[in-house]
Amino acid sequence: MSRKIPEQQYEKTISYRFRQWLDGTKDPFLGTVEMKPQKEFHEDDTAVEKRKEEKKEIFARVFDTEHNAELRIFRKLYRLFSVLFCIGLVFVLLTGVSHLPPFGNADNPVNNEVPQRYIENGLQETGAVNIVTGMILDYRAFDTLGESHVLFVATCTVLILLRIDKKKGRNSIEEREANDRIYEPKNDIILQTVAKLLVPPIMIFGIYVILCGHLGPGGGFSGGAVIGAGLILYLNAFGFAKTEQFFTAKTYKWMSFGALACYALAKSYSFYTGANDIHSIIPLGTPGAILSSGLILLLNICVGIVVAGTMYTFYVMFRKGGY
Amino acid sequence: MEVFRLILLGFLVVCAISVSLSKNLLNSILIYMSYSLVASVIWILLESPDLAITEAAVGAGITSVLFFVTLKKIHAMMKDEEGEEEPSDEPKNS
Repeated sequence: MSRKIPEQQYEKTISYRFRQWLDGTKDPFLGTVEMKPQKEFHEDDTAVEKRKEEKKEIFARVFDTEHNAELRIFRKLYRLFSVLFCIGLVFVLLTGVSHLPPFGNADNPVNNEVPQRYIENGLQETGAVNIVTGMILDYRAFDTLGESHVLFVATCTVLILLRIDKKKGRNSIEEREANDRIYEPKNDIILQTVAKLLVPPIMIFGIYVILCGHLGPGGGFSGGAVIGAGLILYLNAFGFAKTEQFFTAKTYKWMSFGALACYALAKSYSFYTGANDIHSIIPLGTPGAILSSGLILLLNICVGIVVAGTMYTFYVMFRKGGY
Repeated sequence: MEVFRLILLGFLVVCAISVSLSKNLLNSILIYMSYSLVASVIWILLESPDLAITEAAVGAGITSVLFFVTLKKIHAMMKDEEGEEEPSDEPKNS
């Protein structure tokens, strides 16, 4: 229950003043701090000349190698020490490499019980014919989730750095400079014919690599990268007007959100069942079939979607700073 | 096979050195691209096709395209080919 107080009393409370400060209606330093009126910075020509002269003089004095003995000695020592440092670094690295165990030796410390378990029980436990996929998407699925998030964070960083401020208006100089859409479509016959021939096989190959990640070489990351490359080729040949029909910033947002959430949910389920020793209801299927190996197919598709969207978004951001 | 592998490895070293020594930025990117392609062949020889696909798609394809776009953005590519209208920003995919 709130108590009603008169307005004058309310104006003295801290919350009122905080509210005012938050809204920006009252400057707390106005009247309490001494302020000088601000003048616009202005410099006449003689001052500019003088400043340039001084700068030149300083540079001449500092880099005067004939009279400045310190600089001369420093330069010689700098070269000497950089060469010494490089040789030392090469020496340290070569010594480190020479102490590594020989490649392919059976007594190497890497040949312990972990890879033995992966090789012997991998097929029964994950259902994936490709052991590598079974490792990265089943035994080490948490790492792969982190990897997908690294990609997502990278895209966010690129967005923050390269995105053009929409507040400045449609026709600001920055936007016009970055937006090379006015030259589109280029209608380059060679490029368009090659793209027409190449884009469908590239896309199909990417989808194949993603879907057969648990059966043969491939997986979400490589397939996603192939699809992203195909999208970039299509964009270069036919321009933004065509790609924006199916791929905008909103599409990317929902795609990566859906894929990451799907991955996280699916993996949480399998972590929960695994940690509590509950039998998982997801069947492993017959090894070698396309619908087999439990969650791996779903996880591959999720990773592929995230990677393809990320690669394409990188390119678009670098090219014109916004969809 | 051993000779083939040695040739590829030697090519890798030559590429890696010439990337850093090349004066022309565009040439550096192209050499870097060939470095990635040779590396992906080496991955296949080492019997890891997973890595080979990724190396070819990411290293030779997307990284180089991003480098091209960056060069175009900082207007470094126009200097090399004065007078030519089209900056060579052709997509490279694998």
